[in-house]
Amino acid sequence: MLNNVGRPTRPDAANHDDLLMEETFTGNKALNLETPLIFEQGVKGRIGVDMAEPRAIKNRLGGLEKSEDIGLPDLSEPQVLRHYVRLSRQNYSIDAGFYPLGSCTMKHNPRINEKSARMKGLGDIHPLQPVSTVQGALELIDDLAHWLKTITGMPAVAMSPAAGAHGELCGVMAIKAAHDAKGENRSIILVPESAHGTNPATAALCGYKVQSVPARKDGRMDIEAFEAALSPEVAGVMLTNPNTCGLFENEIKKIAELIHRVGGYFYCDGANLNAILGRTRPGDLGVDAMHINLHKTFSTPHGGGGPGSGPVVLSEALAPFAPVPYVVKSDEGYSLQENVTGSAGKSFGRMKTFHGQMGMFIRAMAYMLSHGSDGLRQIAEDAVLNANYVRVGLNDLLHSPFDGICMHEALFDDSTLKNTGVTTLDIAKAMIDEGYHPMTMYFPLVVHGAMLIEPTESETKETLDLFIGSMRHLIEKAQKGNDPDFFTQAPKYSPRRRLDETAAARKPVLRWSKENAA
Amino acid sequence: MSIKYTKDHEWVTVEDDIATVGVSVYAQEQLGDVVFVEVPEVGRTLDKGDELAVVESVKAASEVYAPIGGEVLEVNNDLEDNPSQVNEDAQGSGWFAKVKISDASELDDLMDEAAYKEYTEGLA
Amino acid sequence: MRYMPHTAEERAEMLKKIGVSSVDELFVDIPEEARLNDLLDLPTHAPEMVVEKKMQAYGLKNLSPAEVPSFLGAGAYRHHVPTVVDHLVQRSEFLTAYTPYQPEISQGTLQALFEFQTQVAMITGMDVANASMYDGATACAEAVLMSCRATRRKKAILSGNLHPHYREVTETTVQYTEFKVNSKSPVVEGPEDFSEELDQEIACVVVQNPDFFGRLQDLAELAEKCHEVGALLVVVVTEVVSLGAIKSPGEMGADIVVGEGQSIGVPLSYGGPYVGLFATKQKYVRQMPGRLCGETVDQEGKRGYVLTLSTREQHIRREKATSNICTNAGLCSLAFSIHMSLLGETGFKKLAMLNHGEAVAASEKIDAIEGVRVVNETFFNEFTVELPVKAEQAVERLAERNILGGIPVSRLLPEHAEFDNLLLVTVTETNTEEEVDQLVDALKEIANA
Repeated sequence: MLNNVGRPTRPDAANHDDLLMEETFTGNKALNLETPLIFEQGVKGRIGVDMAEPRAIKNRLGGLEKSEDIGLPDLSEPQVLRHYVRLSRQNYSIDAGFYPLGSCTMKHNPRINEKSARMKGLGDIHPLQPVSTVQGALELIDDLAHWLKTITGMPAVAMSPAAGAHGELCGVMAIKAAHDAKGENRSIILVPESAHGTNPATAALCGYKVQSVPARKDGRMDIEAFEAALSPEVAGVMLTNPNTCGLFENEIKKIAELIHRVGGYFYCDGANLNAILGRTRPGDLGVDAMHINLHKTFSTPHGGGGPGSGPVVLSEALAPFAPVPYVVKSDEGYSLQENVTGSAGKSFGRMKTFHGQMGMFIRAMAYMLSHGSDGLRQIAEDAVLNANYVRVGLNDLLHSPFDGICMHEALFDDSTLKNTGVTTLDIAKAMIDEGYHPMTMYFPLVVHGAMLIEPTESETKETLDLFIGSMRHLIEKAQKGNDPDFFTQAPKYSPRRRLDETAAARKPVLRWSKENAA
Repeated sequence: MSIKYTKDHEWVTVEDDIATVGVSVYAQEQLGDVVFVEVPEVGRTLDKGDELAVVESVKAASEVYAPIGGEVLEVNNDLEDNPSQVNEDAQGSGWFAKVKISDASELDDLMDEAAYKEYTEGLA
Repeated sequence: MRYMPHTAEERAEMLKKIGVSSVDELFVDIPEEARLNDLLDLPTHAPEMVVEKKMQAYGLKNLSPAEVPSFLGAGAYRHHVPTVVDHLVQRSEFLTAYTPYQPEISQGTLQALFEFQTQVAMITGMDVANASMYDGATACAEAVLMSCRATRRKKAILSGNLHPHYREVTETTVQYTEFKVNSKSPVVEGPEDFSEELDQEIACVVVQNPDFFGRLQDLAELAEKCHEVGALLVVVVTEVVSLGAIKSPGEMGADIVVGEGQSIGVPLSYGGPYVGLFATKQKYVRQMPGRLCGETVDQEGKRGYVLTLSTREQHIRREKATSNICTNAGLCSLAFSIHMSLLGETGFKKLAMLNHGEAVAASEKIDAIEGVRVVNETFFNEFTVELPVKAEQAVERLAERNILGGIPVSRLLPEHAEFDNLLLVTVTETNTEEEVDQLVDALKEIANA
């Protein structure tokens, strides 16, 4: 059965037709179980939550009583449970296998973090309880702030940003507010061409023009081009370090000095902090603001795309402009500065409904306590060790666009695949059949057919050896060039084969509806 | 008058003082499957080089610049439902907009068919 | 250390293979003067047992609303979350997956997002919804930015009865853009009038329903007035359970509906992470911020799901993106979706009427206290109470009795001294009759002290 945009209406073969070439009647394959959309299940009158009967009262809804059907399906608890269990089994995850997704730091997510986030007095407290009843929560936030400041060597931290990009917005807003306070109206933010897309998007949201700075042959920012671009119009620079090519910007102190010389500020994208924990501190490198992805470096789970958490450490120069609310510690205990008044008079405002991603703070705190100063340093060392181990394991077959030691991720281009008919995408899809989550592909944009591999510190040498072996097998097979179909037809064993993204974008179907279901 | 091209791969044909504008066959090959075209508003006046449209494929969005200045008289609304026309017939039914030319001399520095062919071959 | 597997021998072997003699050689690009040779001034690693105790100690210093009578709302609501929800979101395959960039091995996350988008569109009465935003306030700010883009206008009007934090986040977000917001003053009693400000230059009017004081209003007339001048109506919903009892914003003519989804499936967790909802009409789809999941087919013609329309997003459009956002509230949107699936049409409506009934009963008891008045004529599960004393002091005195009795309006609107005696009280299905009586008794004492 096809819907009104010509696509099958069910994943199973219960409605047999020519499009579904299933080998089984149900469409299932043993442990590989399909589940229809939740809206295609259920029978009116079932319920998955028992509750008391509503009181008979004279309602106070002011004539707005709902009369129409919403269209939600009614299901029992076991039905719902089975639906989501089946869905979960169609996902790859870090718990199940190696996930070397560059720039994303897919490390082990300890379960003590999860347990802590659900503890009495932590997971169940309300953001607007009297401050006297949440002293433990404020203490935790303050302790986490202390760890973050110590790790980065920075004097202040804004805790409320909800994610990395939100943290960038916080940092660049602080920069804008600092210039405004000096009566300066600067218009340009410099961004290296290899930057994450969020950097230019953030700068634009703060009213800045984005000027791109090219990279040098060794993958670092071209410092001469950078110097040439500097002027009193430049408000700041946004630089990722270690950068998106997995390299440390070795002239970072000079970059900081140059931007400060023209009165600009240095925003550092801290997405790759994992590589330098305990080995160097951004505060010693001249950074004015840097966001920290708790969901990368400090292991709060990625959860299929969020929620994240992106506290921003700030220099003395930018600290007065930090957003509200924030925790204030005094002899009487902890309090909250919630409004842009008094000591927060210069604050650029508020970024989130409440204080920040407390659930993520709790997890990150448990993670940091578990590691301690010695464990944190070991993280950076093992993450960098593992990445370099993968690099030397593959660099006779794949070309590294930049020579030498890498930091926490190894970058390759597709030059050794030229004329094989196999692309970076095809290699990635073949990795799926081998039981891996593919590396990051086609990022950074400055490297042709980029493959960015970040193993993280959690993985064993055996896992890395097997991975290197599998990659070598695939690349050698591709280079032989006699079986391109093997690659272009991959993946073959995943719950779905390659999906038609063109069809999805040309005729977007973004929800289920009765009409659409035909 | 025959077809002319810009270095950014727009094409333009002229009839009386009205120019029809689109992207070249070469450009659509580079873009891959086009999924959406954002056409300009009718009545807008563009200078040569202004953003005229945005053409999107699955993984990329590219600006299309006005090869000539003037007022937008008509746009190809069919592209909304059938963006694939840009791939199938880039220099025919895949046109984007018709513009009333304000200064015909702006056409002078555009490439003719042969020059554009040479130009694109040089890009490969 | 339990999370890192390498032994000293393995590390040595790996360094040899890399061709360096020590791990320090891997960090030579760090400027010498910035290299750390000693450990950071922090405690060293700790066993799980020690960490667990330390974490529990933080929690024990807080008063948990689960343990005492609690009537807190103002944008975050305590509801019963079925056990199944937390069990499912802790499944490894949901918890430890990344953004579904490889759709062949992410159909679980993707189908769940598609279902989430559908549920949000349904309850808001809109055509489409995105895969979620950080929280309600950031969704509100994004709605203003989107309205300006869609109408090519530069001014927005914010209702005075919009949650003050939503107003602040919106003002903060747009402050450096070319767009301007005009925030009106709060109106506790009587209707709010937009006729003076509403003209052809306005991109949108943002109103909250139920509003910050808990009041309900029919927005159909306002929607009409907005549309007459070509402006959009943005409706904010901070208590999403209300949508099971009242007409959806879509039915009343909203163009964009944003809200906080925390009430369904997501723990209070001291303010986050929560789940921002964002829904609109089909014609604005390409103006929408955030991730979108769409339906398609795979090579074999099987139905499947992918992230789509990503050309709007930052990783492609960079400085021209509709927003700088690159995550959604993933796991929280999943929790929302599972809870909503458990409720279904029948349960969602029942839960809403259960909340309303308990709130009405409690409001009558509170209104009967001498010197105390319930200000609202209409409300869902939260209402404003006028006390004969400052609400902030009353709340402190209630806390001394281990009652979390409400939220003083002055905490969110400190600049309005005229609201100092107003208290926001929320009653949900989690409150027992005994708890309400405890609150009423305590308020009696405080009011008549």
